[in-house]
Formats: sequence, C-alpha cells, structure tokens
Amino acid sequence: MLQEIVISGFGGQGVLSMGKILAYSGMMEEKEVSWFPAYGPEQRGGTANVTVIISNEPISSPVVNQFDVAIVLNQPSLEKFESRVKPGGALIYDGYGIHRKVERKDINVYRVNAMDESMKMDNSRVFNMIILGGLLKISPMVALENVMKGLKESLPERHHKLLPMNEAAILRGMELVEQEQQAE
Amino acid sequence: MSEETVLMKGNEAIAHAAIRYGVDGYFGYPITPQSEIIETLMETAPWKTTGMVVLQAESEVAAINMVYGGAACGKYAMTSSSSPGISLKQEGISYMAGAELPALIVNVQRGGPGLGTIQPSQADYFQTVKGGGHGDYKLITLAPNSVQEMADFVGLAFDLAFKYRNPAMILTDGVIGQMMEKVKLPAWRRRRTEQEIREQCPWATLGKTADRKPNIITSLELDSAAMEKNNERFQAKYRVVEATEVRYEEVKCNDADYLLVAFGSAARICLKAIDLARKEGIKVGLLRPITLWPFPTEILHAYGGKMKGMLTVELNAGQMVEDVRLAVNGQIPVAHYGRLGGIVPTPDGVLAALKEKVVH
Repeated sequence: MLQEIVISGFGGQGVLSMGKILAYSGMMEEKEVSWFPAYGPEQRGGTANVTVIISNEPISSPVVNQFDVAIVLNQPSLEKFESRVKPGGALIYDGYGIHRKVERKDINVYRVNAMDESMKMDNSRVFNMIILGGLLKISPMVALENVMKGLKESLPERHHKLLPMNEAAILRGMELVEQEQQAE
Repeated sequence: MSEETVLMKGNEAIAHAAIRYGVDGYFGYPITPQSEIIETLMETAPWKTTGMVVLQAESEVAAINMVYGGAACGKYAMTSSSSPGISLKQEGISYMAGAELPALIVNVQRGGPGLGTIQPSQADYFQTVKGGGHGDYKLITLAPNSVQEMADFVGLAFDLAFKYRNPAMILTDGVIGQMMEKVKLPAWRRRRTEQEIREQCPWATLGKTADRKPNIITSLELDSAAMEKNNERFQAKYRVVEATEVRYEEVKCNDADYLLVAFGSAARICLKAIDLARKEGIKVGLLRPITLWPFPTEILHAYGGKMKGMLTVELNAGQMVEDVRLAVNGQIPVAHYGRLGGIVPTPDGVLAALKEKVVH
C-alpha cells in the first residue's frame, strides 16, 4: 500500500491540519507516513499545500511528481495539480471554489460540497473534516477509528471536546461525496 | 508502536533531542525555515526540568558568541539558524575552530544568495566544508536525510565535537526541517555535573584550582612560530578525523552501472528516482555522504573504478560535485544535476537528468 496525496487550497482552509490528521491516522495503523508542507507566506490567505504519503514500506522521497489523490480546494490548486494526478487516480474538489470543469478524462473526479455543508452545520471550521470524509469514502486508506485516534493525537487536549463534532463532519463528508467522472 | 515513537518535524526533533541529550544551553535567533527549533525549546521549557538554558539572543552574532562562552566552560552549547543567519555566525565559528572549542551549529538551509528565499536549498555546502569563516580550519559536518537522523545526529555531533575539541555542524535544509515523519526520540541523559565536566574537559575555564596552571581559551597567538605550531596541531587533528570519522550510506550499489551521489533531502529524492530508473532497466545506486567533512573520498574513488558514470544531485548549482570529481580523479565522467533558489528537484527530474547526462 502506497498512497501519495496532495491537499491544496487557501491558507486558513485547514489544508495543513487535515494533512496532519491523515498522517497521524496512518501512524495509528503502524504505517510509514510523511507530511511535507509548502511552508511560508502561504499560511495566511495565499495558496497552501501539503504532500502526505502513507505506505507499508519506508518512504523514499517526501517530494513526488504525481499523486494518487489530489484534493483541490481553490482554482489555483486545480491549475497546479490537475496535470499531476496519476492516470486512473482521483481528484477531489469542493464545488464552491472551482470555476471550471476538470479537463483530463483519464482520472476519477469527485465533488464534495463541503463549504455549503459546513455553512449548514453552522461551523466553517469543520470544512476540512467534511473533505476528509469524502477522501476516506473513496479511498479507505485508514480506518475511521484510527482517524479519530489521529485526530485526538493531533489536537491539543483543550480542544478534545470538539472531537464528536469533527467525527460528525467526517461522516457527513462520506455521505456527500459524489463521483462526477469515471476515468476512461 | 513504542511510546517513544512520535510524529514531528525535523526541527522539533532537533529541539527534543537536544534536551534529552543533556545539552546545557541553546542560544539562537529566529529565522525561517528553522524557527521551530527555538519555538519547541521555549514551549518545552527545559530550564524547569533539566536546567538547560534557552535564550533568544539579540542577534545571530550574539548567539554564536554565547555558544563560544558556554563551550569555553566545557558545556554542551548549541545554536541554530538558516543560511543568512549562518553567514552572520561565520566569525564566531572560525574563532571556535581557532580556540578548539566543541559546539553544535545547526544550519537549516534556505535558498540564497543574500536574503534569498525561505524555501529549501543546499547552496551552503561550500560555505560549510570549505571554510566559511577565515583561516585554515574544518567543521565536522553531518547531513541528516530524515527526521530520525535529525534527532540522532544531535548527540553524535556533540560526541564528535568533544572527542576532537572542534565545532560540528548539522547541515540540513527546509525539506528535512519542515517535514513530519515518525521518529524514535533518543534516550534521556542527565546533564553533566560540574565535577564531570572538570574531569572530561581539563581544558575548560571553570575556575582555576590550586593544582594546575590557568586554562586559557583563545584563538589569538601573535607569535607566528607558535601560531604555525597551532595550525600544525589543527591539521594533524583534521587528518585523524578524516581517517576515523567518515560516514556514508550505500543503496543498491552492488549491481549498479551508474551511481547517484547526494546528501540530505536530495538523497531521499534520489531513492525514488532509483526505483523509477530500475523499472526502466537502468541499474543505478546511491552513495549518500553522511559526513560532508570528512568526505567519503576513498569509497567514491573505488566506485570510480567500477561504475560507468556518476551524477551528483544537489539543491545548488554544483558544489559537492567538485569533491566527487576530486575523489574520482578522472576515472569516469561525473555530472551534476541541481535546482536552484529554493526549488526542490523531483524524482522525474533526477531520472531525466540521469538519462540525459550520464546514461548513453
């Protein structure tokens, strides 16, 4: 098992923390993990991205050319990463931030309307957990119970009261994810 | 999974390893991409537990001179910075080499020259292994390629620094500093007592006792004949380090026709490139220098007699390639592939360069 994932969006959308939760979750399953952020001024408002790798084998390079899954949460991220999804791989996007159709026909495309849903749930901060739910539904690389363990591990203890809300958001994302395109 | 295995950034691993190793003092000044080192130390507050001093100095220059002071007392003293800040510390590093003071300096490199960028780079190779500061001196240089090695090399760097009374550097970059991986943190060691330091470091300026002459720590010697003797002593020490402390890793070299040579983050990228190349039937291996000084000259010379070609992969315009060429000494061509100014090469890019420049 080797999953190379990029998560990309605006700073503040929870891109880096979503990647961190994924990495912790993989670690809870005793897998090898790496988390490499495009660090820097992106943290506030610009485009931030993080590469997360989960593998049964030791991870060679934390930097990769192509991804099994690209999660793109804004238009610049689509422009940057559409071409870097492996043929037959998956692209997940949020309907709110993307203004054009995916051009490639050789990849699977999924939409999660996480922004709309987080507004309905009256909590924009669970946006990234809804997306994470969508990812886990289409590519169950880690078990939900280990995601919850990972979430607990990555959150400071004073925020542990938020765990049930995050779990609900992950489950909602699993329901919401819709396949828009089957890879040719 | 053992209790000790945690997920953290390379920078955080440096900080935790320093506390656990029993380091006496950290003196630094924040700069991206290594600020997590001082941030983690401040959050962990080891002055409340081990008694380790953590101090944000007024500048990089102040910090390196605080390290000089701590080291002169035989203490485990360290600092860290990134490329522009390391340039500021060069005077202090040269003085420590001249005064034969053991200490750890961590450079989490970013792209230069000048203030440059905050993204990863390996463009300080020359600065680190060819001098940096003035005078004929050498810096023991370790190049970690994982978060685990970031943790492990803190203790190793201090061990080597004190064994040879010489400053040591961990030369890493923004990739290894910023990435998170699983790491098994080193075992706890208590800080040495003053009595233990007196015994282990009889040269240290801990206060003169009646049974010995005063210890003097200085790099100054105005008598040129004496200064030449000092230099000869340093050089003799450097030859011992070169004969004793070379460290490297070989990956898939046994059946290889071609050799990649890379350190730190570039070596990680090369591992993936090797897998890609071997899928295409190109037999390639990796020689990863772990010590950049002393440099693994002998093994590279030996591979020069076996391989058809070599490619160094560096996040710079071609620096270590000069040392590889000196080692290979013309037996085979040695090419270089690098990305500059904070751009990190990809495994595909390495493979393409290998095919274009080396495999014919």
